[in-house]
Amino acid sequence: MQAFLDVFDIYLLEAVINGILLGGVLALLALGLNLIFGVIDVTWICYAELVMIGMYAMYFLVQVYGVSYFIAAPLTILLVAILGAALHYLVIAPLLTAPPINQLLATGGVLFVLQSFATVAFGIDFRNLGIRLPVLALGDMNFSYARLLSFLAAVVGMVAVYLFMTRTFTGTAIRAISQDRQIMALMGVDTRRIYLVTSALGGALAGLAASLLVLQYDVHPFVGLTFGPITFLICVLGGLGNFIGGFIASFVFAEIISLGGLFSDLEWGYVLAFAFFIVMMFIRPAGLLARRS
Amino acid sequence: MTSQGRLAAWGIGLAALVALPFVYRDPYHLHILVLILIWSFAYTSWSMMGRFGLVSLGHGGFMGVGAYVTALLWNHLGLTPWIGIPIGMAAAGLLALLVGYPCFRFRITGHYFVLVTLALSGIVLQVITATRDYTGGSLGYTPNRAATNRLLALQFDDKTTWYLIALAVWLAGLAIWHWVDRSMSRQALEAISEDEDAAAAAGVDVTAEKLKITLISALMTALAGAVYCQYQMFVTPDTVSGISVSLQMVFAAIVGGLYVSLGPTVGAVITILLAETLRIGFGTRAVGWDNLVYGVLLVLFIIFLPKGILGSVLERLKPQRKASPSP
Repeated sequence: MQAFLDVFDIYLLEAVINGILLGGVLALLALGLNLIFGVIDVTWICYAELVMIGMYAMYFLVQVYGVSYFIAAPLTILLVAILGAALHYLVIAPLLTAPPINQLLATGGVLFVLQSFATVAFGIDFRNLGIRLPVLALGDMNFSYARLLSFLAAVVGMVAVYLFMTRTFTGTAIRAISQDRQIMALMGVDTRRIYLVTSALGGALAGLAASLLVLQYDVHPFVGLTFGPITFLICVLGGLGNFIGGFIASFVFAEIISLGGLFSDLEWGYVLAFAFFIVMMFIRPAGLLARRS
Repeated sequence: MTSQGRLAAWGIGLAALVALPFVYRDPYHLHILVLILIWSFAYTSWSMMGRFGLVSLGHGGFMGVGAYVTALLWNHLGLTPWIGIPIGMAAAGLLALLVGYPCFRFRITGHYFVLVTLALSGIVLQVITATRDYTGGSLGYTPNRAATNRLLALQFDDKTTWYLIALAVWLAGLAIWHWVDRSMSRQALEAISEDEDAAAAAGVDVTAEKLKITLISALMTALAGAVYCQYQMFVTPDTVSGISVSLQMVFAAIVGGLYVSLGPTVGAVITILLAETLRIGFGTRAVGWDNLVYGVLLVLFIIFLPKGILGSVLERLKPQRKASPSP
């Protein structure tokens, strides 16, 4: 019995740490979505599909064209950043004055387009990078380098965004716009340019997440559906547009999924996360960090 | 149009619709008509709450629950769909209340509500996929064929029977729409969609009204899912649940116009005919192209014709009618 408990604890600790590592990547996605919502007041329903396109870009660059992983990653980030800017320019910008529901649905339409584009262009086969990173053994626990690398890169990415937002003029303007949309135009800030930069930044974060997720997951046209719903839940729980709330919620959800996956299938981890979310709505309806008014 | 004239038009239209399968027997066209009627009913169900600004992307979840609960009860417990469908609807209703209550009670509206319901339909898809030992997972699920009593199993081979069933369900949907349209709840819900605080101050029980319409909408959507499953005798998680089904409902309602009772039906006719034409046009040589064109058209539609086809046409007719002197 005692031996059984010892093993159990090791697995539990491993799951907890793996949860933290997963949380890093989820936090990256939540940050991108929050950034776009906070600044442009639009929710990109197709955000996870941008990640999917990024994962395909990584697959083709590394597997088919034989580019080194560390060169392919920046290229992918650049590509998805351009995609994000294009999405804003082509779809969101014409709808900025339309009712919010139309903006939501237009990005929903883009979700359809991206999924069927991937089906047409790449087929529905599961593909992976074929890179098998070694496993780090720490005592009796095993951690894959892929997850450690993802976590570190995600943290670096978030720090870079933080520095950009606080140390540069554009970053300051972005934060100012999220506080007051009307006034900033009067202060001589070109809102259209800021919106484009923000969309590109949101895309770049999706690209970074894609280049990290592709290390752990196979890519197929519907892979976005695995990350999409959970990212939305994280953003709502953290409070849409609230960066720190989204950051904390990412780790809470990652732990739930990871620990839930320890006891049964990964899918049930998602169900558990959703149940937790419903309960949290009763306790903290306006988000994790909201003060009750 | 006078009310008598309108009644006569409805009567003639209805008689023509009922008579159609007995005169016209092309199985492919009848199949398309049945699909249009079932999906029209589903889209109408969505618009029941969509028209009051309650944009839900969780209806894919309700539809999946209705379809799978009915089929699972039949296959595993041998429970006839006549009892299974009400149970499936009740399950979807319960789910709607469980998610709706905290949302409405704590004023989760707008983007938040959309994202919560979006996650709901995603989760239902995950559950159906995860319980693959029972539901067949992503490979789909087929209700067992009944050997003897086909009426008890609600399984029919001929298209005419299904056409009449679908027609009845669709008419019931329109009847519920008009019932809500004439009720006090409609006034209350319209007030809520204009200004929640003002409506609450005027004595409207915001949470109860929203829950009521959500429940009606979810029950109807679950019925649509169950009928669809019984008709097709095969469902996959992707065809009756998940985000894409939810989006499909919203698109059709927007395309047709969701403030008119026949709007969702017009939306269903247009989107299904478009999808079928594209599917046949591209054939088997280009799988996926139909969806790609479909998606692009939908995005263009939302950008350039946001009021919907029927809505835009009616709007264009209105000022003309006012301008012309009445005889």
